[in-house]
Amino acid sequence: MIGLEKRPTPSRAWSYATPFLAVALTVIAGGLMFAALGKDPVAAIRTIFYDPLFDPQFAAYSRPQLLVKAGPLILIATGLALGFRAGVWNIGAEGQYIIGALTGAAVGLALYPAETRAIFPLMVLAGALGGWVWAMIPAILKTRFNTNEILVSLLLVYVAENLLASMAVGRLRNPEGGGFPGSRNLSQWDAAKNPELVAGTGMHWGVVAAFIAVIFAYILLNRHLAGFHIKLAGQAPRAARFAGVNPARLVVFCLGMSGALAGLAGIFEVTGPAGQISIDFNVGYGFTAIIVAFLGRLHPVGIALAGLLMALTYIGGELASFMLGIPAAAIQAFQGMLLFFLLAVDVLTNYRIRLGHREVAR
Amino acid sequence: MLRRTLLGAAATALVMTTGAFAAEHAEKTKVGFVYVGPVGDGGWTYEHDQGRLAVEAEYGDMVETVFQENVPEGADAERVMTQMALSGADLIFTTSFGYMDPTINVAAKFPDVKFEHATGYKTADNVANYSARFYEGRAVQGYIAGNMTETNKIGYIASFPIPEVIRGINAAYLAASAVNPDVEFNIVWAFTWFDPAKEADAAKALIEQGADVILQHTDSTAPQAAAAEASTDGKQIITFGQASDMAEYAPLPRVSSIIDNWAPYYIERVGAVMDGTWESQSVWQGIDKGMVEIGEISDAVPEDVKAGALDIVEQIRAGEMHPFTGPINKQDGSVWLAEGETADDGTLLGMDFYVEGLTGEIPN
Repeated sequence: MIGLEKRPTPSRAWSYATPFLAVALTVIAGGLMFAALGKDPVAAIRTIFYDPLFDPQFAAYSRPQLLVKAGPLILIATGLALGFRAGVWNIGAEGQYIIGALTGAAVGLALYPAETRAIFPLMVLAGALGGWVWAMIPAILKTRFNTNEILVSLLLVYVAENLLASMAVGRLRNPEGGGFPGSRNLSQWDAAKNPELVAGTGMHWGVVAAFIAVIFAYILLNRHLAGFHIKLAGQAPRAARFAGVNPARLVVFCLGMSGALAGLAGIFEVTGPAGQISIDFNVGYGFTAIIVAFLGRLHPVGIALAGLLMALTYIGGELASFMLGIPAAAIQAFQGMLLFFLLAVDVLTNYRIRLGHREVAR
Repeated sequence: MLRRTLLGAAATALVMTTGAFAAEHAEKTKVGFVYVGPVGDGGWTYEHDQGRLAVEAEYGDMVETVFQENVPEGADAERVMTQMALSGADLIFTTSFGYMDPTINVAAKFPDVKFEHATGYKTADNVANYSARFYEGRAVQGYIAGNMTETNKIGYIASFPIPEVIRGINAAYLAASAVNPDVEFNIVWAFTWFDPAKEADAAKALIEQGADVILQHTDSTAPQAAAAEASTDGKQIITFGQASDMAEYAPLPRVSSIIDNWAPYYIERVGAVMDGTWESQSVWQGIDKGMVEIGEISDAVPEDVKAGALDIVEQIRAGEMHPFTGPINKQDGSVWLAEGETADDGTLLGMDFYVEGLTGEIPN
């Protein structure tokens, strides 16, 4: 007989061990799935986790790409984690990411074709502001009218997507693009581009911003009163209120911070790797970042590692997909397993497994 | 079969461990395909994958094809193409408009790899582009629609206001109004290429407003299903398959279709890489080369209309007829093409205006 017994306090050891256990279980279950699809599971797992890092043919290119892919994930997830810790659920980072890219690009394109490097910082500011404003909508609706921020922020993603499509074929369209959708290529305009800072590393300003955000969040959570309030509000809302935490201000702070960081991710992406505003500019970073935040245990350093791991599954997944002919859906299922197993084994953090007969309560 | 798979796996493992791709693939031509949707979408990507399978069938052991589905446009596309090039691909087809800049960027880094980009307008020494004259098919649709409508209202589910889509609307309208001057087009912009729920809503709204023909420039079969549902004894809605035949909705509501047939082009270009004659080019092929096919016209279409439609197909095939032949005025009444004049490709490729008779504005 196997039973579960609630721990008096969550186990610290298990909270560190469960991400690794989840990865191990994902590898096993994923391997079984690949085998069931008729693919060599060892080759598949190896292609996903090993080849992008060490294969002589791909590694030189794939390794820097890890940073390119992980940068926006880490930046967004760090902001989301602040809110998640306080019990403020921003599910709409994807929308804030889009709006940040749009406002930042719009500011830059309004100044086209000026050639001064001052334009880039201005665009970055506009991007952060755009994401912040978009996140303020659910924040104000929640604090003034007590609406549910999960629903409002999520639904605003679809509003943002339609705005993006309309901008890509309308106001922000490249006037020299022959009527085709999409803005001018910002990465090819010296005043606005977000280039690779050191050739061959994949490091661009967005990646730098992500690591600064991680350090900033770490200090905030561990050394600052606001960080204490965030943690307290999440763990014991009543106690937080007695300690003088203003819940409305906390909601505004958390949503605003995560919105601004998502907006930053958007503007760095559109001026760098993506290059232009297009109809399908957003590729789901805002949603994937939610997985990254939880995989990283809502801890800034954990998030940085989780972002890199997630990026590895994307890049390795692509390799496995066309090298071994594994369907894209199977790769997505593999990534989904990661979150599934993480949540499943999380039970070990809060509960203890008991073998043998349950004792009768005395 | 099993033995071949095992041998294949062993060979793959050997190649992967030694990293000796270049040598291994010297005699086999490796062709990569980058797809924007899943291969099972039943429309756009499905037809490109049919082209890939045709290449395999044609060249057998002399060719190896790889593909990557669901690749977002932008930075991810660039990475997928780069990795394909690194894996030893000789020729890569990138099959969505949004892959244009990534294709050009990656091609610059791999001068020995050939690239073919679909539906764009940029080329390079090792980048060709290709597209199909779908508007020729639209003219056939418009002819059938104009003849068969009883309410004189034709609904059109448009995707994005880009030249490709606007061209289709104009071609269909010109053909429909030529046979039925009372015809009206009601255009809904869905702002998506593939979204079954949205497409179904658009179709229902158009039918409620009195349309009895639905034309679509979106890729799902949802409008077909909506039309089938709305058809009752007294009222029949007709539709046309888009990108793929959508024959499961024949003979009604689907009465015909435009099929994108990429197979002949893919076979030709892979062959050119094999014998070393590949050169960059920019092609726009239509019914004449078989890139645009008209799916079977079902028995629901009256005999004389069917004959007329097939006649248009043959005239276009023989080059005797151009869907944009003057006199044609623009929507604002200004003259676009004089009597007997045909549209040049430059104007068609950048088309951003409606022809006279269409109502409403192109969203901007």
